[in-house]
Amino acid sequence: MAIALAALGAPAVVLVRDPLKQIVLSGFYGWSLVILFVVLGAPDVALSMLVVGTVGYPLVVLVAIARIRSDKEEGDGE
Amino acid sequence: MSRRVRLAVFVPALGVFAALLVWGLVGLPDFGHYVGPYGYLLDRVAVPERHVTNVVTAVVFDYRGFDTLGEEFILFTAVVGVVLLLRGDEPEAPELNDSIGSDLVRVGGVLAVGAALLVGLWLVAFGYLTPGGGFQGGVVVAAAALLVFLVSSYRDWEGIGSEHVLDPLEAVGAGGFVVIGLAALVSGLPFLTNLLGPGTTGTLRSGGSVAFLNWATALEVSAALLVLFSEFLEEYVVPLAAESS
Repeated sequence: MAIALAALGAPAVVLVRDPLKQIVLSGFYGWSLVILFVVLGAPDVALSMLVVGTVGYPLVVLVAIARIRSDKEEGDGE
Repeated sequence: MSRRVRLAVFVPALGVFAALLVWGLVGLPDFGHYVGPYGYLLDRVAVPERHVTNVVTAVVFDYRGFDTLGEEFILFTAVVGVVLLLRGDEPEAPELNDSIGSDLVRVGGVLAVGAALLVGLWLVAFGYLTPGGGFQGGVVVAAAALLVFLVSSYRDWEGIGSEHVLDPLEAVGAGGFVVIGLAALVSGLPFLTNLLGPGTTGTLRSGGSVAFLNWATALEVSAALLVLFSEFLEEYVVPLAAESS
């Protein structure tokens, strides 16, 4: 079950083209890995994955997306 | 590059990469058949020697404490780098009126902040008894503070995200690790030796120095993340919000 979630999540992240949807999906994919690690008896790894995959990484990417979008809008206006 | 050239580069590369990956996977020991002696050894000695029931934390803050010191300073240096790049003598931040109007979001948000903070502190406090520890707990505590920005307003966040609060906290966290290490040196033992008694197994008073290193790391990690976030916000998000309002 957990493996299936992870196996579905990884291609989903790659196939979605919109960066904003992609980062949300990648968060869910990170979650599926967390479940997998818990099931496999590695709660410490799961916790690290949780904080990196659902807090740290999406945060940085979201800021980057916000920045790029605003630059693009400014560029379009010129 | 034409589509054909791209495919000509991509397909062989994919083949090589896939072959390497399969080769590596085949060579792995079967699930549950761990062959390294180090893990078994630690499993056996960690609780009797250090009275720490979470062996991972015993490794991170005791047996391999010196590695963790290095890792902590990787984070510290990275944050210093970001601050050097982004923290300029920027003009006074524009007044933002971005308060969230929805009562539901505010009430739910405040509850979520409390819950996240509690979980984070719990992860840190019991990090050497149950899964968790300073790194993970520190990030969760930082996430709780970020939630304040998400569910309330930038003005509420500014109190937490102030560099006058965060910079000293981060320095104390990073420096605290070194000071605990030096304390062992001063008492005539090698650097970072666990000089406090092992305490009682299964209680918060176990592990000796591990507990203090754990809290120092938690402080460092949460402050470091909040410094990063606050710099990003000031540099990238506040100007955008000010433009669009």
